[in-house]
Amino acid sequence: MSTFLGMPARAPKGVGHLRGDETFPQAARTALANPQLRRNLHHATTTIRNKSGRVIAELPDWQDLRAAGSALKAYTMGNLTSLLEQLEEKVTAAGGVVHWAADANEANRIVTDLVRATGEQRVIKVKSMATQEIGLNEALADAGITPVETDLAELIVQLGDDKPSHILVPAIHRNRAEIREIFLRAMPGVDPSLTDDPPRLAGAARKYLRDTFLRTRVAVSGANFGIAETGTLAVVESEGNGRMCLTLPDTLITVMGIEKLVPTWQDLEVFLQLLPRASTGERMNPYTSMWTGVTPGDGPQNFHLVLLDNGRSAVLADEVGRQALHCIRCSACLNVCPVYERTGGHSYGSVYPGPIGAVLSPQLTGVEDNASLPYASSLCGACFDACPVRIDIPSILVHLRDQAPHPRSEAAMMAAAAYTMDRPKLYARAQRAAKLARIAGRRGRGLPPPLNGWAASRDLPVPPAETFRDWWRGR
Amino acid sequence: MSSKDLILGRIRAARAAYDGSIPRDYRRSFPPADLNLLVDRLVDYKAEVHRTSDISGTIKMILGAGVVVIPPGLPRGWLPPDISVLPDESLPADRIAAADGVVTAAAVAVAETGTIVLDGSPDQGRRIISLLPDLHICVLRPEQVVASVPEAVARLDPTRPLTWISGPSATSDIELNRVEGVHGPRNLHVILLEAL
Amino acid sequence: MRIALFVTCLADTMFPAAAKATVQLLERLGHEVVFPTEQTCCGQMHINTGYQKDALPLVKRHVRTFEPYDVVVAPSGSCVGSVRHQHAMVARAANEPGLAARADAVAGRTYELSELLVDVLGVEDVGAYYPHRVTYHPTCHSLRILRVGDKPLRLLRNVRGLDLIELPAAEQCCGFGGTFSVKNADTSTAMLADKMRHVLETGADVCTAGDASCLMHIGGGLSRLRTGVQTVHLAEILASTEA
Repeated sequence: MSTFLGMPARAPKGVGHLRGDETFPQAARTALANPQLRRNLHHATTTIRNKSGRVIAELPDWQDLRAAGSALKAYTMGNLTSLLEQLEEKVTAAGGVVHWAADANEANRIVTDLVRATGEQRVIKVKSMATQEIGLNEALADAGITPVETDLAELIVQLGDDKPSHILVPAIHRNRAEIREIFLRAMPGVDPSLTDDPPRLAGAARKYLRDTFLRTRVAVSGANFGIAETGTLAVVESEGNGRMCLTLPDTLITVMGIEKLVPTWQDLEVFLQLLPRASTGERMNPYTSMWTGVTPGDGPQNFHLVLLDNGRSAVLADEVGRQALHCIRCSACLNVCPVYERTGGHSYGSVYPGPIGAVLSPQLTGVEDNASLPYASSLCGACFDACPVRIDIPSILVHLRDQAPHPRSEAAMMAAAAYTMDRPKLYARAQRAAKLARIAGRRGRGLPPPLNGWAASRDLPVPPAETFRDWWRGR
Repeated sequence: MSSKDLILGRIRAARAAYDGSIPRDYRRSFPPADLNLLVDRLVDYKAEVHRTSDISGTIKMILGAGVVVIPPGLPRGWLPPDISVLPDESLPADRIAAADGVVTAAAVAVAETGTIVLDGSPDQGRRIISLLPDLHICVLRPEQVVASVPEAVARLDPTRPLTWISGPSATSDIELNRVEGVHGPRNLHVILLEAL
Repeated sequence: MRIALFVTCLADTMFPAAAKATVQLLERLGHEVVFPTEQTCCGQMHINTGYQKDALPLVKRHVRTFEPYDVVVAPSGSCVGSVRHQHAMVARAANEPGLAARADAVAGRTYELSELLVDVLGVEDVGAYYPHRVTYHPTCHSLRILRVGDKPLRLLRNVRGLDLIELPAAEQCCGFGGTFSVKNADTSTAMLADKMRHVLETGADVCTAGDASCLMHIGGGLSRLRTGVQTVHLAEILASTEA
């Protein structure tokens, strides 16, 4: 048939934010050297872990909900074409217009053209991972359209000329004192007596954005869920900026990854219990908006839904890796990850940080473009336990490591080790040779990389006088 | 080839299939809603709750003097006689934003999560009116309260615009601690009618 | 009971004391221990570093070696975790469904030491004596892959003379992660620093765990800092007696 049946189509290069400039170990080194960052991350992730744990413990059926959520997502992936067509049909019937975007470039072009057609120069945005992934803000700016991020954390990032570092809380790397400084420096019309009291900071954002909400005619959002059966879309949020964007403008453009589908309306009963408790650690987030096409007289009268592939179909083609598409972007895996807690989100180089990012980004781009990410984990397994839809992240990491390009010297060493270990006599000789490591001393003097990385902070064990198998033979 | 055909073709080529069933072993039948739990959960997320059968007196007490927006189908008998009422007949956003508060009914409430759902019925109105004023007074009848999220989903009509509200506007964006009061109403008052 | 010892390459080569203690403990409890000498390594390092093809002969060797035995024990949660959750996966990826089935069968008879003692042999008091202040690090793979829960703690609580002190943030990874510790040495070290701080907060003389690999990591750090805190494998504590 056609060419697409050959190579899975990955997210294109040169657009969007899925690829970093440095490898993970390089970027992590910078982050680890920043004690303020580590304190902020430790404080925030500890807070959310405890909060989330408390509200999850209130539900006697949490594990059953996880199992249902996992199965619903697997069902969705197994029936994606028919569900997408059903969604399109329902949205269209309800007065919306559905667009299909094969990749980031096409999605950016569609959204830009739609905004241009309205004649507006500014759009308000609800926090959306999909639009960050495709670099929509840059594309809009190139077209002379100003995107205004309205989520508090996104605003902090935008005003601070910074990058997001967390899926849920993009400014998690900033503490209240730093946020106050950013507002005082970059927020037009800010009250100079602003303190770092969180309610005062939130109030400053309210005041700053209110007029923009009232005067902007076009909004761009993402979607947490798209219900195939009814054509209903859902945005889950806290601040009310989402409600503003979804209610006040004349035109609403929603960019949604094709994996965000949920088969039926009833299925929301599962995800609306899983998401808030796993995400912000709340029984329910303050606001969830749901809309189906256009409601005459209420809210935007022009609604466009952009369905985005951008590498997702390539992820779907991997039997082991496809469960990464089950992600509902709660960020629980980030909050429990000991690697994320110490390195922060910027180290991952992609808008998707943490354990889910380490399995999603390399699959969207092709693992050769994010080759260090599958290794950015000690495989401790905390992410799997925390995931509300039971994504087996450690297994996907191991699977992707198998596909990643390997350093030649490492590959040679691994092959030699396997050769030796498959020959017990040779293996026993090699074991005895380990005693020679005593020459290096406990501090590992003269060890080549990467083994010197061990010895920088950890003593080597003292090789024993005899191996176990020698002792056993002599018994 | 259209992008739609391209994407659908890629998905077909990915050959994902699911032949299992959906295990719905989570709780799906519930005892009658516990109104005390609802109150507890609402208060926990900083909503103010008034359990009363005197709607107009309570609204007067909350609002004092001021202008209140109402949806066109709100029972007029709920309103105290001596306050300024602004019925929403396609009011412009500026006028809604300038009001002191809004009074609406609700479609459903969930006790376990402390959530109120509005569905745009005539006694709840357009989504904009419960969004812009800084004070939202929501009148809830006890029979509208269900115990759980699954029951609420079952009661709601997804073709209507739905707004699920759990406490006043809040954010967790500063150090992952919940702080009340950002863009939505900073004050949420729930008048929970006593069963007659 | 006749029990085959899956010694693990690390214990065999670098930490034979843990393996010897496993033998002594099980013999003291009246069981026969056999050591199939054809065993080498389960292949976990290869699998977790992205070399499943290289691991395949090791998986085959492991399955072949331990197939004849009804019960297999290893003094390592991590290696048992690999046998239980990775061997069949490697076989399937290599299109060897027959091997996968055999691997699953062996995995079903393979136990980490505390699982064997508590679940299979039904012992919680092994009659040990160990007069030290001890804190226990649960290790990620025992905790989250094998789900051994509090079995090791139940065993430790029954050791005479032992003063068990709870480790703060015990469930957090020590930062070892196999080749993670060298590929991401800086991050691994940062994780280790927190683990060591928690160990030192307990005031214990001994930090124990069911895995020589994590102990090698924690012990390497504690030794570098000259803390004087020893790392001792759970099997060695359980094998200790008053005599």
